[in-house]
Parts: sequence; C-alpha cells; structure tokens
Amino acid sequence: MSASAPDPVIRVDRLSLALASGAPVVEDVSFTVGEGQIMGLVGESGSGKTTTALALLGYTRAGITVRGGSVQVAGNELVGRDGAALRSLRGKVMSYVPQDPGGALNPSLRVGDAIMDVLRAHRSDRASEQSVRAALERVELGGDHAFGRRYPHQLSGGQQQRVTIAMACVCGPPVAILDEPTTGLDVLTQDRILAELMRLREEEGMAMVYVSHDLAVVAGMADRITVMYAGRVVESGPADEVIERPRHPYTRALVAAIPDVRNPRALQGIPGVSVGVGEWPSGCAFAPRCTHAQDRCVGAVPALDQAGSGHVVRCVRWEELVHTTAPADGGRAASGSSGAEPLLEVDGLRVEYRGGRLGRPAVDDVSFQIEAGQCVALVGESGSGKTTIGRCIAGLHQPTAGDIRFDGVSLAGAARGRSLDQRRRIQIVFQNPYESLNPRHRVAEEIERPLRVLRKLGHTDARREVGELLERVRLPTRVMDRFPGELSGGERQRVAIARALGAKPELLVCDEVTSALDVSVQAAVLELLTELQRELRLSILFITHNLGVVACVADTVLVMDRGRMCESGPVTRVLNDPGADYTRRLLAAAPSLPHGALS
Amino acid sequence: MRHRLRFMRSPGGAIGVAIVLFVVAVAVFGPYLAPHDPTAPIGPDAAPPSSHAPLGTDELGRDVLSRLLNGGRSVIGLALLSTALAYAVGMSIGLVAGYSRSKVDPALMRTVDVMLAFPPLLFLLVLIAGAGTSIAVLVIGVAAIQAPAISRIVRTSTLEVSVRGYVEAAVARGERPIAVIRREIVPNILAPVLVDAGLRFTYSILIIASVNYLGLGLQPPSSDWALMVSENREYINLNVWAVIAPAAMIALLTIGVNMTGDAIARSLGRSYVPRPVETVPPS
Repeated sequence: MSASAPDPVIRVDRLSLALASGAPVVEDVSFTVGEGQIMGLVGESGSGKTTTALALLGYTRAGITVRGGSVQVAGNELVGRDGAALRSLRGKVMSYVPQDPGGALNPSLRVGDAIMDVLRAHRSDRASEQSVRAALERVELGGDHAFGRRYPHQLSGGQQQRVTIAMACVCGPPVAILDEPTTGLDVLTQDRILAELMRLREEEGMAMVYVSHDLAVVAGMADRITVMYAGRVVESGPADEVIERPRHPYTRALVAAIPDVRNPRALQGIPGVSVGVGEWPSGCAFAPRCTHAQDRCVGAVPALDQAGSGHVVRCVRWEELVHTTAPADGGRAASGSSGAEPLLEVDGLRVEYRGGRLGRPAVDDVSFQIEAGQCVALVGESGSGKTTIGRCIAGLHQPTAGDIRFDGVSLAGAARGRSLDQRRRIQIVFQNPYESLNPRHRVAEEIERPLRVLRKLGHTDARREVGELLERVRLPTRVMDRFPGELSGGERQRVAIARALGAKPELLVCDEVTSALDVSVQAAVLELLTELQRELRLSILFITHNLGVVACVADTVLVMDRGRMCESGPVTRVLNDPGADYTRRLLAAAPSLPHGALS
Repeated sequence: MRHRLRFMRSPGGAIGVAIVLFVVAVAVFGPYLAPHDPTAPIGPDAAPPSSHAPLGTDELGRDVLSRLLNGGRSVIGLALLSTALAYAVGMSIGLVAGYSRSKVDPALMRTVDVMLAFPPLLFLLVLIAGAGTSIAVLVIGVAAIQAPAISRIVRTSTLEVSVRGYVEAAVARGERPIAVIRREIVPNILAPVLVDAGLRFTYSILIIASVNYLGLGLQPPSSDWALMVSENREYINLNVWAVIAPAAMIALLTIGVNMTGDAIARSLGRSYVPRPVETVPPS
C-alpha cells in the first residue's frame, strides 16, 4: 500500500491562508503526495480541510487569501499565479470532484456536453464524441450509448458522482482533489464509487487527495492520512499507522467516535465544540477539549514531532500518552427481549404513493414489533421505504393498508385522528437539524410547545421543565434564549431531542438523526440516545443507512430492500451471520476500520 | 421587542422610516397647518410661487401648499386600506392552498390564474362602471387586483416551508391546522412577503392615483395628490410646482416604504439564517 514515491506530484510547503480580517484559516500546512498515492485529509467541519484542498486547485473561497507558503502540483507553482494561468492548469493538471454532484452538475447541460466542455478547454484535439464515450466507459457508464445525452436530473446520485469523476479524469490529469465525494450517497453506492476511484488510481496512476470527515472511509482508501484540527496538521502518517496507532489525542478521539460495524463498542463523542475560524485558543487548539491537556499545552503551539517513519504528530505529550488506552468497555449490553407485550406492532403495512412514480409500493407488507425499552434499527438504502415507515408511525403519512397498534390499540393514520395520549407517547426526531427547528422560535419556546400542547402544562411549569430537559440533553441552560440559527448542528439536534423528550414519550422515532452530523458529534448524540433509552426505558425506532451506527446502538435490526423487509433479528445475529443476500452486500460495503484499530 | 426594531439600525431602514414618517406626518397634520382653505380660490389661476402662496396656485386659483397639506390622507389611507385588504385575502388563499396540498390547492390556484388574466386597470374600470364611483369600490377593486399575485407568492413559500421538520413536528403533535399555520409557517414566510409588500403598497398608490387621474376615483374638488397632478398637468408651464410637489410626495412615500420593507426583510434574513458550522450537508 504505502508506496514510497521518490518524486512527489503534490508538494505543499508551509501553506497559510487567512481571512481578510487577518484571522488564520489554515496555518503552516505541509505535505507531499507521490504519484499514484492517495492522501486522506481528515477533520471536523471548520478544520480547514476543504480550504486546503481548494488551495491545491489554486482556488480560494471569497474572502480568503494565501498568506504564505507554496503549493506545487506536478512541478507548477500555484501560489501567486494569475487567473488565466491557473485556469489552464485546472482540469488538465489537477481536477476536482465535488461533494454534492447534484449541485455541481449544470442541470441544463447534457452530461456528455459537460464532459465535452472540459475536453474543449484543454484537449481540443481530442474533443470528440468518442472521447466522451470513452470517458463514460471508464466510470462504467458506457453501457448505454445514449447516456451522454441525459440530463443530470435523469441520473441517480451515484451516476451523477460518476459523471463528475469522468469530468475530472477526462483530460488525464496527474492529480485529482476529491471533496467528500461519497458523503451524500448510501453505502452500496459509496462502495462502488470508492472501488471506482481505486481502479482509476491503479490504471491512470493519478495522485489523489481525498477530503473527508469520516476516518473509516479514508482508512480503506488512503496510503497516507493527514488529520487537521483548527487549520493545522495535528497528525500525519501512513494510513495504517495513523488508524492503528493514532498518536494525537484528537485522532484517537476521532477513531473512538467511529461506529464500526465489525467492532461494535460504546461510542465516545469528543466533548465540546470544534473551534471556529477566528476563535483559536493560544497554544494547542485542541487543548480545551482534550482529556489529557496540561498547563504546558496552552502555552505555545506544539511543534510537529517525529513519531515514527513518516509519522508526525503535533502534541507535546504524545510519548507519555502512547500507553494510555481509551477506556473501551467492549460494547453495550443489549436489552434483551423482556417477553412482555410489545409496545408497537406494525402489521402488513403497505404504502403506495399517488401516481405510483416508483412503479411499486414504497412499503410493501412490512410487519414488526418493538418492545418497551428496546432499540430497533430500520436499515436500508435511500428509497427503501424506511423513512416512510417512520412517518406512518408518527402519523405523518397515511398507510394504504395494514395496521399499526400501539399498546394494543390501533392507531389512526393521521396524527389529528389520534388521542392526545397516543400523540404524546410517540415522538419523532428528524434527519436534518437545520430544518427541524423553527428558525423564528427561541429554543425555550420550541421545547415548551409540546409540554403545553401534549401535557397541558402551564407556562411556569413548562418553563421549569425546559431547563431540566436541556440539562438532560447536556446543553447549557443559556441556550434557552437563543434562536436555532445561533446553534451548531449537534446542538440543534439535541434541542430537537429535548423537544421530543418533553412529551415524555414511550416510543421515539429517530429518522437518520445523525446523518447530517460530523462523526464526533454523531458519537455524542448516539451516546445520549443510548443513555436515554436505558434511563427512561424508552423504545427507539432508529432509522439509518449506517450499519456501523446500528451495531453500536440497536438491539434488533430490520433490513429493508425496495419497500420489503428482507431480514430481521437480533443485531449480533444479523450482523455476524446475515441470512439475506442483500444484508451481506450492505455489510460488505460498510466502511470499517482495520481490525487492530484502538484495540 | 428590541430585536423587532433591529432593522432601524441599518442606514436604509433608518432613512426609509424617516421618509415614511415625514410623508405620513404631512398627511396627518397637514390639514391643521394649511394656511388657506384647500377648495377656495385665493388668487389668480396657475400663478407661480409668491409670499402669499409659497407653492403658487393651481388652475382654479387655489393654494397649492394648502392642497398639498390636505391631499395626503386620501392617497395613503386608500392605499393602506386596499393593500391590507389584499393581504388579508391573498395570504389566506395562499396559506390554505399551500398548506392543504389537496384538491383545494388546484381549485384555488386556477381561480387565481383567471383573476390574474384580467388587465388590472381594465378590471377596475369595469368594476367602477358597474358599481359606481365610491371609496368602497375603489378599495375592493384595488385589493382584488393585488390579492391573486400575493396568494401565489405566499403559496410558493408555504409549500417550501410546510415540509420542514418543525412543521411536521407540529403536525405530529396534532396541532390544529390554524395553529400550525400561525406559529410555524407564517413567521417563516414573512421575509419574502415583506419585501413584496413594499412594492405592492407602491403599486396600490399607483393604481389609485391612475384611477383618480382618470377622474374615476375621488372627485373634484377634493384635494388629493394624484388628482392634483391630473388637474394641473395642462398648466405645468405656468406653475410647475402644482404638479411636481404632489408627484414628489407620492415618489417619496414610495421610496420610503420600499426602503423600510427591504430593511425589515434583510434584518429578518440576517438574524435567522442558519450559520453552517460543525456539520456536513445532509444527504
């Protein structure tokens, strides 16, 4: 794996970028990437990883300027070059695969024409229908001759991402910058895209910089990993070295936050919030969140220290910390079946959408049960109908047929048709924390509402309980008077959970509640949910596409494939000995850390 | 309450409010300050400004300044009334159509489309021809012209907002539709609606002014800025102030209202737009 490249194609040397106000965004970043190598650039949002990656294209976002250092790509110095010179390099020498292909492809341009445009810009000699088709073939989209005539909206997310990859590769650039290329995709598609990238690396010898917040994805791809925090490199080294023997406390925390399907364990979130641009503390930027921080950590920014061959770490205590291991508590105890009456029974559920765009029911003959205090995971790709099931249970979608019984009583399809008590006992938390809180309501109003509507509490009682609920989800009470716009994604999701808990529910439907969050924040939210399940004997229906998360939180798992349930059973059984083909494919595709990591 | 006045802190908002207050003050207190009777001749016809009549006289020898100070109430009052009525009707239709998404939506929207197909001024003229000239007809007519377009904007914003998690959470709580609309939807569609409201108010003034100008709205001898422009346009070479002064008042009001609306919308946008930190975009 770790090819020692004699001649690096990317050489970043002491690169610093800053805002116009002078606040540094990226500071003193250096790394090299050799021919045919993949380097993973990892960090939480705000770590400067995307800014660094864009600098490799000679591009800075509005308001950011290069303050110093140099960026060389295939022998071309990018810092200080003018726009025209950089444009002639982009696409030819270094190319870019964006995070959100749906937003990156021009919706009014046929995908073939989009690829043709890249060729015309750099290789007009090769600009022909044939080259376009060849480019599509290389990303396995060549089966249909008319494929290039399609528009982006006629493609699936995975196909769109392949098109952007084809655009990035069509001129055969030696370097590709990949910015979270699989973040919005489900596991199976992600797996195919990653395999595709590996193949392109083999065949074309491209050097790649793979930007991601997900160490598990990067671990399977990269030769080297560079971890950034608050604009600085905190650790960099050969991939297996960094994953299996992380030296920096931040890297360790990141590794500990990854839900791993093959090695389920209690997740540990990183306390605190990632520091933003302009609020870096003096000294080690991670110190305020670090469990090992000492006085000398805050004095000065630690220098990068050699921790092994090609392995550097920016921590003054890394040598002392080598032997401390994270307190691993070997997985959580699954709350076994109590044999009691099930709290929720779903029987023969069927949902058809008007117009039948899918050509099949969105949910077809699905039956399952949830017992009190149990966490049931509902797993599947996008379009498998898992979210629709959650919405039916919450009374947001009318099933076409079938029965949902709660505590032995059939539930009406629409929430308005259910009794106050039924509505109170079932609560839902939504996927996107940016849309699930009313931006015009203060946090206190938002949490107070269910207390007043569903439990008929008066204003004073409700207000008092809002404070208790915030404490419960570990938010400081001062956020009460904030608007959601002033909170981070993780904080908002906690508010949304507090809002649901205020009703004193017995069943919590969690619809992809962590998929919009950074890995470390995800770990903290999952930790919270597990704790609530245990302490309040809450039943949870956990809807997700992430099998790693399932392994870490669920007792029972239901696997959905195109509207049907293809497998169900206890988590340990399904994940270790899957019965259905589909489950096996999902499992094989789930990114996972190498076995030795953090053990 | 403090944060509701935040828009005043922007220069545009402060200037806009100052202009609006000035014009409204002229309209409200003007009649008490007018030196002469606005309907009685005080000198020669269409005389240029003099010490006796600082803005000269109009085509019937009446004091322009006195008519100017008396002529604001009708324009502002009628425009305000008809715009408010237009919003009451248009927002209700838009909210119901956008929130219900059932058969109600297409039915309402096709009706609105039919309404939009009429040329506005023609519609008003036909209405006046049928129902006669009265303030009520004028107000209802202008509101009827404005309401369809308002309902379209409100419906579109409502459609967008009503799939958000906070709306669904309210629905899952079993809140009454009216409560969901009032608490969760209306506050979140206000920004686009307010920007638009400035323009609509302006447009109402223009329609009322046009109708008055055509002589089908307010009748002489009442003093009204639009009517003044219409009456004096033929004598503009004799006393230009008789046309410019009322026209300037209408223009000032228009500019002030729009600046204020924009500033409010911008302050709403700024304070509530989520600042993306700590996350990657949702899948």
